[in-house]
Amino acid sequence: MNSDTASAETTIVDGVHHHQFDIVIVGAGGAGMRAAIEAGPGARTAVISKLYPTRSHTGAAQGGMAAALANVEEDSWEWHTFDTIKGGDYLVDQDAAEILAREAIDAVIDLENMGLPFNRTPDGKIDQRRFGGHTRDHGKAPVRRACYAADRTGHMILQTLFQNCVKLGINFFNEYYVLDLVMTDVDGVPQPSGVVAYDLATGELHVFQAKAVIFATGGFGKIYKTTSNAHTLTGDGVGIIWRKGLPLEDMEFFQFHPTGLAGLGILLTEGARGEGAILRNASGERFMERYAPTIKDLAPRDIVSRCMVQEVAEGRGAGPHKDYVLLDCTHLGAEVLETKLPDITEFARTYLGVDPVYEPVPVMPTAHYAMGGIPTNVKAEVLRDNTTVVPGLYAAGECACVSVHGSNRLGTNSLLDINVFGKRAGRNAVEYVNSGVDFTPLPDDPAGAIRRMLQELRDSNGTERIAAIRKELQEEMDRNAQVFRTEESLTHVASVIAGLRERYKNIAVQDKGKRFNTDLLEAVELGFLLDLAEVVVESARNRQESRGGHMRDDYPNRDDEKYMQHTMAYLSGDAHSSVVSDHIRLDWKPVTITHYQPMERKY
Amino acid sequence: MTTATLENTSAGTADAATRSFTVTFLIRRFDPDVDTEPRWQDFDVEMYATDRVLDALHKIKWEQDGSLTFRRSCAHGICGSDAMRINGRNRLACKTLIKDLDISKPIYVEAIKGLPLEKDLVVDMEPFFASYREVQPFLQSTSAPAPGKERVQSVAERARFDDTTKCILCAACTSSCPVFWTDGQYFGPAAIVNAHRFIFDSRDDEAKVRLDILNDKEGVWRCRTTFNCTDACPRGIEVTKAIAEVKQAILRGKP
Repeated sequence: MNSDTASAETTIVDGVHHHQFDIVIVGAGGAGMRAAIEAGPGARTAVISKLYPTRSHTGAAQGGMAAALANVEEDSWEWHTFDTIKGGDYLVDQDAAEILAREAIDAVIDLENMGLPFNRTPDGKIDQRRFGGHTRDHGKAPVRRACYAADRTGHMILQTLFQNCVKLGINFFNEYYVLDLVMTDVDGVPQPSGVVAYDLATGELHVFQAKAVIFATGGFGKIYKTTSNAHTLTGDGVGIIWRKGLPLEDMEFFQFHPTGLAGLGILLTEGARGEGAILRNASGERFMERYAPTIKDLAPRDIVSRCMVQEVAEGRGAGPHKDYVLLDCTHLGAEVLETKLPDITEFARTYLGVDPVYEPVPVMPTAHYAMGGIPTNVKAEVLRDNTTVVPGLYAAGECACVSVHGSNRLGTNSLLDINVFGKRAGRNAVEYVNSGVDFTPLPDDPAGAIRRMLQELRDSNGTERIAAIRKELQEEMDRNAQVFRTEESLTHVASVIAGLRERYKNIAVQDKGKRFNTDLLEAVELGFLLDLAEVVVESARNRQESRGGHMRDDYPNRDDEKYMQHTMAYLSGDAHSSVVSDHIRLDWKPVTITHYQPMERKY
Repeated sequence: MTTATLENTSAGTADAATRSFTVTFLIRRFDPDVDTEPRWQDFDVEMYATDRVLDALHKIKWEQDGSLTFRRSCAHGICGSDAMRINGRNRLACKTLIKDLDISKPIYVEAIKGLPLEKDLVVDMEPFFASYREVQPFLQSTSAPAPGKERVQSVAERARFDDTTKCILCAACTSSCPVFWTDGQYFGPAAIVNAHRFIFDSRDDEAKVRLDILNDKEGVWRCRTTFNCTDACPRGIEVTKAIAEVKQAILRGKP
């Protein structure tokens, strides 16, 4: 706990610590801390994070944050809106995309005013660079829209937001792992009344009663083996919402970033291609010219990733096993690499022993970003069905689905998303808690279910290794639910997951201690991963078309007549039943269309 | 500036990259529920030359002993979770490759020094962050920017503090400092680096306040320029130089 600032008003009941705050924010990445900066001055606010805030994965984002500042060339937020919608293959809710693009400008200025050290133009304004899918005048040519700080934009955003949280004296509960959202029936309708957290340092449970709860828990890339995501991105927040019976939206849409270091998945920013780097196959051909003649290497990520996999599948991969393509930065020169792309230059040198100044870098797609997640409206309020809000419950950032990314997110739109919708979540939560609402009473023994779950895990005499189950899940997801999917591959991985879920009931936690029990933590995280992988696969099976990040080899075309709608998945029935259709119910939600009728997506 | 990853350089060949070998790790364990003193425990692990020390710790935790405890998150040197002492030098476990270590001898891994040991490789980071908070690590400007506009900053002004913006607060520098080991009250290199980042930012107007804070008896003058911090920084920040610049600014009375 942040001893300087955290509330000392704690009572202990049956060994469980009780706290009370107006607003509890779960997660201290970009969205959580942006919300905290908005909420802190207006209401008693706590931020609960399973990591120290500066460890959050926002810090790994590299290339930039989009906003039509027009600092270096003509641009408009309306073009940005269109690019976002087209980039998402028209599954974007257009009212939300408009808000994203319009509020982007203030979001960038807010950060600069808070101290963020953006790169500068010769006349001292925020500099901007090109990025995939961002174009001038509805697709005519790439446009310089990404505001950036070298290839450390996410790092600078995370540090700047943390610095401003320190300035405001925000209450942080660091290395507290939220395991449950407490809901209380009010007139027969469950309402959020708080959260239950596990203090990693002591092994003790804490209940935080709150009038409003904001989920900002990030993604779940660890359902895959090859991923740019941190080890800690296990989808806990999304999993908690799922287990409460609230829906998850568009879970089949997962983004594979084209340029992960081959074999490792470590991210190399799209900003490299924004600065002019080129993808080449084994013969040195700039293959993206064939697939996207207008914007070539700066096509959106879903398209570039598919083209790379196709090049390799058709025998044009590079390397001894012909299993990757090459990112050629050699013509950019040492100065551009050292000043605008220093971190990725070092990653290639450190992890592959390849110096991008002189040699092309082996790359392949890496699981990067969940477009889907907890459905919200544009006020960041969580939905319990297609239209009904859960009062007092908010979500923002990667864990949420507004949906501004549709079926494929454009690069630089996620750093934007966390700032725009993090701010909205914070502001709307303050308005809500100050509107005269009272605390929803906690049920008896609010931590009971979690105490029993942890006790069972700790006491288990199981024989299954956590790591073995996780590894099999990740490898099978890579093989069967990655860039290309088929009915056969999805059915196969669904049955694998069912088997792993059975085996999970018999896992062994070796560490029986109370303090810093990361073994127990990994067991809990694996439970969330298994739940979410199942939802991803079931949603993917159900969508028999190809759109954005979801490419079905057996249904290669987009089918607007049947599938121009969001998937809504609900946990229904016994989560542990072996037949998936016994506990997952799928439904649809209409896409909001304002100005842009769906068109064929060509670049 | 290269960053701290190398111990001895041995060029990895394609052959070496595909051959695994057994590496012995000696890890300093401490279970607060049982142990009164830390103890060394050895583990043999099959490794490839391109594996990281973090991979070894994971292999031990996932295949041999689930109770081995350490922090990690991003696994590529950005989040700052896994600073530890590897063969007596502060490194990020995720940025230290096996090929850069001498594996003819056991590899020693222990928690960073100078912060209270909690369990195995985990220390209490709170004193570290408390020092960070004390230097007012946030932009303070006496003039409001034009509404809806960025503050103007030249390319040269931005470059002036670029090096210290890279800090990931991993504590590798502070916990490598012999002064910090003997005097936990010393602000330590990381806090000074984060003060530097604002003292030399042309948009900030409170440099003097931070210079006053660091002119304290536990401030910059305790630095004895041993360069341990610079050697330890996984981000390649010239930490000792940044401290020297803060000292000069105090003497000048301005940045």
